Amino acid sequence: MPTLIQNLKARLGIFESDADQVYGLLAEFPDPGALLHAAEAVREDGYRHFDTHSPFPIHGMDEAMGLGNAVGVGFFTFGGGVTGFAAAYLLQWWTAAVDYPINISGKPFFAVEPSVPIMFELTVLFAAFGAVAGMLALNGLPRPYNPLFYSDRFRGASDDRFFLHVAASDGQFDVEDTAALLQRLGARHIELVKDDGSADV
Amino acid sequence: METSEKQLPADPSEPPPVGEGEPDRDRLVRGHLSFHDVTEMVSRHAEKKAPMAWYVAFAVAFSGTLLLLALFAYVVWNGIGVWGNNQPVGWGWPIVNFVFWVGIGHAGTLISAILYLFRQHWRTAINRAAEAMTLFAVVCALIWPTFHVGRLWAIYWTLPIPNQMAMWPQFKSPLLWDVFAVSSYFIVSLLFWYVGLVPDLATLRDRAKNFWRQRILAFFSLGWTGSNRHWRNYEKAYLLLAGLATPLVLSVHSVVSFDFAVSVLPGWHTTIFPPYFVAGAIFSGFAMVVTLMVITREVYGLKNLITIDHLEKMNIIILVTGSIVGFAYITEFFMAWYSQVEYEQYAFLNRAFGPYAWAYWIMMTCNLITPQLFWFKRLRRSVPVMFALSIVVNIGMWFERFVITITSLHRDFLPSSWGYFTATWVDIGTLVGSFGLFLTLFLLFLRFVPMVAMSEVKGVMPQADPHFHEHEGNGHVEGDGEPYITPAEPALVKAYRAGGTEDEETSA
Repeated sequence: MPTLIQNLKARLGIFESDADQVYGLLAEFPDPGALLHAAEAVREDGYRHFDTHSPFPIHGMDEAMGLGNAVGVGFFTFGGGVTGFAAAYLLQWWTAAVDYPINISGKPFFAVEPSVPIMFELTVLFAAFGAVAGMLALNGLPRPYNPLFYSDRFRGASDDRFFLHVAASDGQFDVEDTAALLQRLGARHIELVKDDGSADV
Repeated sequence: METSEKQLPADPSEPPPVGEGEPDRDRLVRGHLSFHDVTEMVSRHAEKKAPMAWYVAFAVAFSGTLLLLALFAYVVWNGIGVWGNNQPVGWGWPIVNFVFWVGIGHAGTLISAILYLFRQHWRTAINRAAEAMTLFAVVCALIWPTFHVGRLWAIYWTLPIPNQMAMWPQFKSPLLWDVFAVSSYFIVSLLFWYVGLVPDLATLRDRAKNFWRQRILAFFSLGWTGSNRHWRNYEKAYLLLAGLATPLVLSVHSVVSFDFAVSVLPGWHTTIFPPYFVAGAIFSGFAMVVTLMVITREVYGLKNLITIDHLEKMNIIILVTGSIVGFAYITEFFMAWYSQVEYEQYAFLNRAFGPYAWAYWIMMTCNLITPQLFWFKRLRRSVPVMFALSIVVNIGMWFERFVITITSLHRDFLPSSWGYFTATWVDIGTLVGSFGLFLTLFLLFLRFVPMVAMSEVKGVMPQADPHFHEHEGNGHVEGDGEPYITPAEPALVKAYRAGGTEDEETSA
């Protein structure tokens, strides 16, 4: 059975290959609808370590794969926003009212009103940093090495091909049984992807 | 490049090949393209040699860039007096140009963020190029204040960096707000653009034949595999970025307008400046997008993706924002009269009938009157008309900034210090040069980066819907709140496929 760490990594789409260097089975489906149904069926069959690859996001795939709403990115974004706001507030207050107060036309050293624009800008800026960093972190990107890149057909995943990848790290994975299941689901082409061991995952 | 030479429909804005009366109005992508056709249409321009027109345009644009560099060196060497800036007009063309360029830089993020939130699927065809245009326009904007400070080597004083003087920037100054607003806007726009670009860079990576090309693209595409586990977070992040960029885009030109509105100068000290500036920014930005898209779709054969309907929609936005701007001009006059402030009233009468009346009436004509031609559907859908009008709009918007900046300054409270501002050859040369820089960057973008967001366009095609192949439609009925996509005509699709080659399905 996969360990907790392996399960967490699988949520990011990072799977470990098995003792025979088998990374998983890569099945190609003819269209988005077939891929959606295949993902649903694979999940109902009890598989958890699997992923679909398509040139664009497919409507309804998250539910089919049982992934639920992506709340993680939201937390990162919110954290970034709060950081930006606090940074802007403290920066303007500390520099103008504490570290080097200068009297300009009798204005208060620090006031909220003229500080609003920069507070707003930095809140948005840091929230955007949070959104992008959170997205990358939760996706395990950048990830230069991926055994799927050994497959020539897989290059089409960014063009017009639709793939279902069942990872060998799934407790239920069995090369023959899984291949038979994928065949039944209407896969157009199935191949075994091996992690040739030239790098770690 | 030996890619599959599939026959693509020649002029796709035309109805599809087999007899069909009316082109399908609901369809965003014309000509019954497959996903691969979209990849091919867009990627090939980043892969093969550029057309001759590109080299000619690049030579011209790059000369402009060199001119700009040389003249900025001249400005730094001699001081900013070589521009026409003097007392009483201390903010000459550099600030006019800054506001002009930053205004143009509003359309891209508006298209990518606001139209995304409003579920305007037509944006997918133009958002990539518009966002790129935004970034380059903001670069062109930032150079002006950078050199206008005169002492370039002290520009870092605008940032809160600890230094040996123990001084900090003056955070109560709108000019400093500007530094933060414009640079935040640039960074967020860049992130937004790059995030959108990752899946398309992966497409180019997977198509790359050359070893180094593949490595470089692999680096920038971050190992993207189109995994649904990734798409899920990606789409969420994209939505959040759109939500963040929306108030940001509205705030940037508001903050720029504070440079004027927070002062006490008649003609500047007005509360309508923020919304008026934002509308003007969108107006000029969309005009620039139309100018560039009309040329791009023609030269690169992208009429399938950037259809006449897309251009028409942009023209409608130009009409709306142009009318808002025109309304603001009239409101300013009303407020001057209604305020009963003598100086305010004089400032506006002087604008319309004083020594700069010529500039004022150019502005009025170009921004308020000519865009009204877009009320006519025939003119709105005519490519030559929209091309001409989009250029007229940007001339008008440059003059708007000229009128606001120069006319309010040239006659201040003391008649003894009144003067007339005249531009120098350096002013003209640097403005021309900034267009050179803008076009250089845009041409490099067209050459090396997929100019249409392929993954997004594929996502709005009817066959992208998982139910398409079951119901021959997208599974939604009209009026259930979801976008309804009319079913494809199977016979037509088949006819089109038969006309193509059989390079698909060679290996079963």
